[in-house]
Order: sequence, then C-alpha cells, then structure tokens
Amino acid sequence: MVPKLSIQNVSFDYGDGATALRNISLDIMPHELFVLFGPSRSGKSTLLRLLNRLSDLLPVGQMHGRILFDGQDIFARGTDVFDLRRRIGMVFATPTPLPGSIYENLTYGLKMAGIKDRRVLDERVARSLQQAALWEEVKDRLADSAFALSGGQKQRLCLARSLALEPEIVLLDNPTSGLDPISTSIVEESLYELKQQYTIVMVPHSMQQAARVADRAAFMLDGEIVEVGAQKDLFVYPQDKRTEDYVSGRFG
Amino acid sequence: MRVLSRQQTQKVATFLITTVATLVVIPVLLIILMIFYNGMSAISWEFLTQPPRNGMTEGGIMPAILGTILLTLGTAVAAIPLGIGAAIYLAEYAGDNALTRTIRLAIVNLAGIPSIVYGLFGLGMFVLFFQFGTSILAGSLTLGLMTLPIVISTAEEAILSVPQAFRTVSYSVGATRWQTIRHQVLPNAMPGIITGIILGLSRAIGETAPILFTVAAFYLPNLPTSVFDQTMALPYHLYVISTQVPGMPLQVQYGTALVLLLFTLSLTFVATMIRSAMRRRREW
Repeated sequence: MVPKLSIQNVSFDYGDGATALRNISLDIMPHELFVLFGPSRSGKSTLLRLLNRLSDLLPVGQMHGRILFDGQDIFARGTDVFDLRRRIGMVFATPTPLPGSIYENLTYGLKMAGIKDRRVLDERVARSLQQAALWEEVKDRLADSAFALSGGQKQRLCLARSLALEPEIVLLDNPTSGLDPISTSIVEESLYELKQQYTIVMVPHSMQQAARVADRAAFMLDGEIVEVGAQKDLFVYPQDKRTEDYVSGRFG
Repeated sequence: MRVLSRQQTQKVATFLITTVATLVVIPVLLIILMIFYNGMSAISWEFLTQPPRNGMTEGGIMPAILGTILLTLGTAVAAIPLGIGAAIYLAEYAGDNALTRTIRLAIVNLAGIPSIVYGLFGLGMFVLFFQFGTSILAGSLTLGLMTLPIVISTAEEAILSVPQAFRTVSYSVGATRWQTIRHQVLPNAMPGIITGIILGLSRAIGETAPILFTVAAFYLPNLPTSVFDQTMALPYHLYVISTQVPGMPLQVQYGTALVLLLFTLSLTFVATMIRSAMRRRREW
C-alpha cells in the first residue's frame, strides 16, 4: 500500500542550536490512526507542525529531509501551502474558537477558500458537526458565540472546523488536554468514525490514551524515533529498552 | 540609629506618594472649573450658530467650530490610512532589518518634533511646494502628519494584542497572511485602533501652531466651499481674540476656550466609551 504521508530523513533545528528533530523517517498509511507519543519536548508537536507547514510561521528553524504527501514533496518550490493546509487539517491542544458565531467558525476556512454558496456551507457545517459529535448539542444555536460553548464543546468545534474543509489528513495535537474524562471519551470515540474517512496523526494527552486509540504508534525521545509499531507491539511487546521503560512508567 | 522605624518610613512614603499623585488632579480640575465658570455665560444658541460680528466682540463662533470639525475630518482622512498601513506593516510584516529600524526611528522622531516645526514644514511642503495654498487640504495634511505617531503606535499595540492563537488557527485552515490580517487581526484590533485614532485627533485638533501658516484665517466672511479654501478654527480663533484684538470681552474668550475644551473632551470621552464597550464585548 502507498503511504499517505512519507517522512524521509527529516531533521529540524531551531536557530539556537537546539536540535528538535533528528533524522526522522516514518510512513503513515491511509485511514490509520497514527500516534506520536513520548515525554514533553521530544519533538512530537514540531514534527506535527512540519506536516502541514505551519512550521513556516516560525521565525527561525532549518529543516532537512523530505515529506511526501501522496508522493508529492510538500516543501517543494511551487507547493500551494494554503491548499496543503486545507487538505491537512489541524486541531490544537488549547481549544481556540475564533471570535464569532459557531457557524462563522465552521465556515471560515471555506469562505477563505472562496466557497460562498450558502447550501454548500450549510451542508458542510451540519456534516462536520455530526462527525465531531457536536451537532445535537448546537444545531439550534449555530448563530451563538463560539465562546459560549463549554471547553469540551469548543474542542469538538475546533475538530469540526478542520473537518468542514473535508481534509484528507487530520493532525491532532493533544486535542484532549484540559478536557474532562467524559469529553475526552466523546472525542476518542469520534476518532473511530473519523478514520474511516480521514487519515489521523495524533499526539496524545497521555501514554494511556496512546494505547487506547492508536492503530500504530511511534515512540519519540529527544527528537528521535525510538520505535515504531502496531499498537500491540509497542505497548505490550516493546523491543527497545527505552520504549519499555517509558511504557511501563519507569520514566516520563 | 534609625530615626523612624520601618513601619513609620512606610507610612511617610505612602503619604508622600499619594499626595503627589493627588496633586496631578488639581491643575486639571482647576483648568476645567475655571473655564466652565468663566465661559458658561457666553454659551448660547447664538454663540454656537452665528458668525462673529462687530470686530469679533459680538455674535458667535460658528465658522471656527465648523472649521475645526472640517479639520478633524480632514486630519482623520489623512492620518488613518497611512497610520493603519504603517501599523500593519510594523506589527505583521516587518522583520528586524535596517528598513524597519529606520521606520521606527522616524516615528519616534515624528512624535518629538515641536508643533511649530510641523507648521513651518506644512507651509513649505503643502502650501508652497505642492501649491495647495493656505487651505483645509494643507492644514489637514499637516495635522495628519502630526497625528501619525500616536495612530501608528496605538494601532500597532492593538494589532499585537490580538492573540497569536487566532492567527495560527486562521493559517491552519488555509487562510493567507492577508486574509488572516483582514478577517481575524484587524476586526479584533479595531477597538484599540479607533481609540488611538480619536485620541490622536483630539490631541492634534487643539493645536494652533500647525494650522497657523497652513490653513487658519483670522476672519472670513464666507464659509469654506472646498478643500482649497481657508477656514477659521477654534484654537487659532482663541489665540487671535486673546492676543490680537483689543477690548475683547473676556466672556467671549472663555466661551471659545470652553467650546474647544468640550470638543476635545468629548472626543476623548467617545474614545473611552468605544474602548470600554468593545472590551465588554470581547470574549477572549
């Protein structure tokens, strides 16, 4: 099978000499839920932000290697980075609604892409909210401010906002941080549905969450990938001593 | 040996600092009270709506009020696009390079130039070189230039205070930099920008020196009909009737000062209202 994303020998340095990523190679397959886990500052979020080139916003940083999306190098000259970000959506650790209504939040990306047809917008709003398991709670108050939602609802709104663009890949950067256990399980449950349609790359909130949701996972430490494997291999029969120590809770 | 214990020193310091801070209020109150006290009796419907008569000693100051309103609008038109444009550049586009440093240095210096120098510059640049003549256009441009530093620095501050997360989210759904600025940054920075504009205007519009050679007229029988006309204006009118006209009733002088004061105070008040209204509406 052809990988959806192929990360090839990627290294990333911040200007201050700190190496954030060291020679990362990974293949992410279509319709899998791939989890990047490891202790803080191991480079997970940095890697995630390279995948949709949000890393472009960093004032400093030097990237080496290639990232292929459907076989195309996303850092190649001439890449439409705005189109890339529509095809590879992202949800952040802190639920961040934009000022405005729920409806405006969901249609913002579409409108920026030039889609104005009210029927298309309405239909995308409804579908993305259903996929993010938020439709029943907000369908009667789409014109209300997005800030009036609870924390868990806000995060599902952010998920729906990236889904409204009908991306191919969804990057989830610790999407359940700060959510209560019930909201967390609602988000986690929706992931099973989502990967039927999307490829998901996720940085989990905890190792336990990684073990719960992953199809495959990579254990990262100090900017390197220690071990990659299927959920069972990594969490039950880790090969590397460091993975075993982390998974069994000896550090981290 | 300590003369005072630490607690006593503390009390003395608190007392002194509070006193000094209170002293600041006194001149402001005195100025306002004095002008109100002496000027109130001059204010009448006639004073606000009639042109001066009988060598300025009778009638009203309507042409000067109108001129100041026109100059306020003209200054706004001159300063707003340049000011907001520069602020967007500095806050969103500028890197740390020679150009940016030059711009910042220029703005700092612009703020420090004495107002009479603006007046002379306006005379040389707009009145003579561009041949706008002594006109509302030349005066507005001069005042606009003077307002720029305030508009730029407050607008830049307002733009920078928009949470970075809004920009990141906007980019993450495929918006371009300009779309992000246009649809996320500017709308959320607008209250701060508007406040800065109004405060800058209220500062500039009370100035006499910049309009002295560029637009202000001592007395005009007719109201201005185009931007190339001269106009009377409140600060200059006040200057003239206080220093150049013998036998001017004190009441009229204070009345004019009161109208000018009310004009600038109401601008400041509007700015404060906008800011607090928007702050209440702000949700993040």
